[in-house]
Amino acid sequence: MNDLIASNKRRTFFLLTGFVFITVLVGMAVGVLIGNGPTGTIIALVFSAVFAFGSYWKSDSVALRVSRAVPADPVEFRRLHNLVEGLCIASGLPKPRVFVIRDDAPNAFATGRNPKHAAIAVTTGLLEKMNRVELEGVVAHELSHIKNYDILVSTLAVTLVGTIALITDITIRMMWWNGGRVSRGNDRRDSTNPLAFIGIALLILAPILARIMQASISRRRETLADVSACKMTRYPPGLISALEKLQADSTVTHSASMATAHMWIEQPMSGVNDAGRLGVWHKLFNTHPPLAERIALLREI
Amino acid sequence: MNLLAILLIVVVLLVVIVTMYNSLIRRRNEVDNAWSQIDVQLKRRLDLIPNLVETVKGYASHEKATLDAVIQARSSAMSASVSPMAQATADNAVTGALRQLFALSEAYPDLKANQGFASLQEELSNTESRIAYARQFYGDAVLLYNTAIQKFPGSLIAGAFKFLKREFFEAEAAARTTPEVKF
Repeated sequence: MNDLIASNKRRTFFLLTGFVFITVLVGMAVGVLIGNGPTGTIIALVFSAVFAFGSYWKSDSVALRVSRAVPADPVEFRRLHNLVEGLCIASGLPKPRVFVIRDDAPNAFATGRNPKHAAIAVTTGLLEKMNRVELEGVVAHELSHIKNYDILVSTLAVTLVGTIALITDITIRMMWWNGGRVSRGNDRRDSTNPLAFIGIALLILAPILARIMQASISRRRETLADVSACKMTRYPPGLISALEKLQADSTVTHSASMATAHMWIEQPMSGVNDAGRLGVWHKLFNTHPPLAERIALLREI
Repeated sequence: MNLLAILLIVVVLLVVIVTMYNSLIRRRNEVDNAWSQIDVQLKRRLDLIPNLVETVKGYASHEKATLDAVIQARSSAMSASVSPMAQATADNAVTGALRQLFALSEAYPDLKANQGFASLQEELSNTESRIAYARQFYGDAVLLYNTAIQKFPGSLIAGAFKFLKREFFEAEAAARTTPEVKF
């Protein structure tokens, strides 16, 4: 258990340094393409350092905002609040902030940087479709993410992966417009510059790298959270039937974006099927193990 | 040179002992904290009871026996000694008396329709599930602590510094059997 937390804190560190590293590489690539030397690199370094630091404090609100989560009303969502409080007592966690998302698709996620600054968000679809024990299973799954510090890693990944994708998008688009202030004469000479090709390759590679990073941090932890959720509720059938309901449900979570995909209890994207037939390519980018696999594993408990 | 080696070994040993001692202290505090969590929830339940009794009296004042049983159970739970076992027995008495009271309410539609009664009932059943969760957490904490003080080499430190084994919260026989419901 403590090993798990320590490894998550290590991952956070690697994620942050990896982010700074990739951003600096992208900055260098932009510098080469635009032809203004080290300025791009320095800007990227400063920017990424500031951003990485800011992400640690603020990325939970970003994740919540992006998903259009609103604080759950204590009266309207009394059942949810009570359930969360009960499970928190069982696991010895402080009660996280509780949010709801107006979305018909049943789904949920947890975010924050440590158990004291955590939040849990569920969709209204989940509240409608699940009964008490199932909801308990889902909430326990999310609370396990909080307890294991998975939330820190995954929440940081939201902002960091999102930023890398954004920067590269912008620079690739800038290239079409003759990238800043390079004169035509310079341009002709630069076309033989091999560095430019490396730059373009980097720009294309960076978001892919970021995506792989995102996928690798989340898949095994989903299974782990499933198992610890069962320890928390002492009732595996609750979570099993909740996962089965998620499997049977085909509503797409509209509130989820590519950047937050790995945080949800069920993979929110419609493109990837949950039937278990996943190609190598899909497996690389898939943020969740197939639901069928997760259910089968819980059955063994 | 030799002296230095001995000194080094002593320092390393000290560090190991201190670390282990501290981790045992942490575990023991966790057990105490878990126990006080149960207490908090139990107090909450006892605090709800006078209101409940008043509400029921308004509709079913002649069910004196049941009401008295609830009040009796409450006061004996409030004065119960601090040992886990004694408290468990007292709580089970409260749980049984409350169950009877709620079973009784089935016979009074007016009472069941009362808004205050409904919310009290809801609140009480919520508190009861919290008590169960708190006990579960206590059990987990005790398990970790007891294992830590019995395992070698933790047992050496536990023995030297008088870390005593803690009791589990066992469900009393009264809680295992469903309380009989009389009308």
